[in-house]
Amino acid sequence: MALLDISDLEVTFTKGAEHVHAVRGVTLSVTEGESYGIVGESGSGKSTVLRAICGLAPISGGTVRIDGKELTQPRRPDFYRNVQMVFQDPYASLHPRHTVDKVLSEPLAIHGFTDRETRVEQALEDVGLGHGFRFRYPHQLSGGQRQRVAIARALILEPRILLLDEPTSALDASIQAEVLNLLDRIRGERGLTYVLVSHDLSVVAHMCERLMVMQHGQAVEEMTRESLQSRRAAQDYTRKLLTASLGYRAAQEEQAS
Amino acid sequence: MTDLLNVQNLRIAFPSRQGPVEVVRGVSFAMGKERLGIVGESGSGKSQTGRAILGLTPPPGKATADRLEFDGQDLRNATKSDWRNIRGERISMVMQDPKFSLNPVMTIGRQLTETYRTHRKATKAEAWERGLEMLNAVQIRDPERVMNAYPHELSGGMGQRAMIAMMLVTEPELLIADEPTSALDVTVQIEVLRILDALVTDRGMGLIFISHDLRLVSSFCDRVLVMYAGQVVEEVKATELTRAKHPYTQGLFNCLPKIEGGQRPLPTLERDAAWAI
Repeated sequence: MALLDISDLEVTFTKGAEHVHAVRGVTLSVTEGESYGIVGESGSGKSTVLRAICGLAPISGGTVRIDGKELTQPRRPDFYRNVQMVFQDPYASLHPRHTVDKVLSEPLAIHGFTDRETRVEQALEDVGLGHGFRFRYPHQLSGGQRQRVAIARALILEPRILLLDEPTSALDASIQAEVLNLLDRIRGERGLTYVLVSHDLSVVAHMCERLMVMQHGQAVEEMTRESLQSRRAAQDYTRKLLTASLGYRAAQEEQAS
Repeated sequence: MTDLLNVQNLRIAFPSRQGPVEVVRGVSFAMGKERLGIVGESGSGKSQTGRAILGLTPPPGKATADRLEFDGQDLRNATKSDWRNIRGERISMVMQDPKFSLNPVMTIGRQLTETYRTHRKATKAEAWERGLEMLNAVQIRDPERVMNAYPHELSGGMGQRAMIAMMLVTEPELLIADEPTSALDVTVQIEVLRILDALVTDRGMGLIFISHDLRLVSSFCDRVLVMYAGQVVEEVKATELTRAKHPYTQGLFNCLPKIEGGQRPLPTLERDAAWAI
């Protein structure tokens, strides 16, 4: 049975008389231990899907089920034990006046863990930061280190599902490789389920077994890693994305031919 | 033939409690009317190099060079009025993020016409016409709406194109583009590059393209300077980037994931202290 099951998800943002229909009927299901990618350009609603799952965007239609159980509004504490999110911008997603230690202990305190000391040390160890980083502030860390702290914060409650919203797009190419390797290793070790949102097809091809292409809030097509690698796209839009990812010269040639 | 731009031994230092820290340490290059790429990680000094060419090193930083010539003119001792005739007129710069580099309380139209009228004798109506033309040139579909819009009313891609239009309205001889496409989606990225490419080919403009995306730069530029720790570690022809010799360049190239799949885990960059010497 699918661990995460979304059917006909709709998200509408309302401001006065204006309505923005950000997600229009998205259906997907992710089984335990799988890594699922969502690709699309900005404004396609890919991040909104993730935000709707964890209650940061209003669900106006359709259902989201985890383990077969429909989500409640507001989410129960045990939801956050199971599902955690890593955000795009490590510069904006850590509290500037909280030390790494405080950032990591807070979820433990909320969920009533008693062995906080060892868990914080262990979490830092797991993401490749020694305990020397424990009492630092975010401004004393580089972008890659901050993203590691954000990943540690998500992992500290030992969730089963990790929602990753463009986890590497704010990082340099060399740091991106390190963070992707870290995520890959942790998934192997703990059997985690990932839903990864990215605009970079090569990141998704590297990380995910299956993926969905989104445009204007709708699913364009669902693909497997194999079909992406052999560039067997059924839809024009996906082909356009694939061409664009080849780089400038190749895209020019493809357009000319 | 004189080079469009000639930089010899450019050094930029920022004072600190431990004495001056050099962020750019002896960068030299010369370029004509071509597309030159500068690639490196954050902190490698690539953006500072671009800014120093326009005399925009933020204080208290100090830029020194043995030679810094634009079209035969020495830029090292340029006065304020010299700079006024160069900046925006002969050399323009496109910044990374349109959200931070456009004036949030002025419409695009006002900013565009202001640029044009500062450098050219023109009436408001003429400048407005010219602005519309430029927005058309960067493939904005409804230029009238964009001229009357404030920056926050535009998407990232639109804002970036509006900024490129603003920088090009005076038809500069050299354009310095600092990560012009990093904030954009892949499909929009290709469009913006197409616009820049057309400008280089049609108008004979020089272009310095600063980016951390090695693959993009190699597919767009003619020549690439690879920077590490404030120095140029390698200069390669873009087409020969896969055959780069320096381990840093190879590392940067190999650590990118590929759609076709490849190594798992991804090869990471092993830094060698000797590169920074």
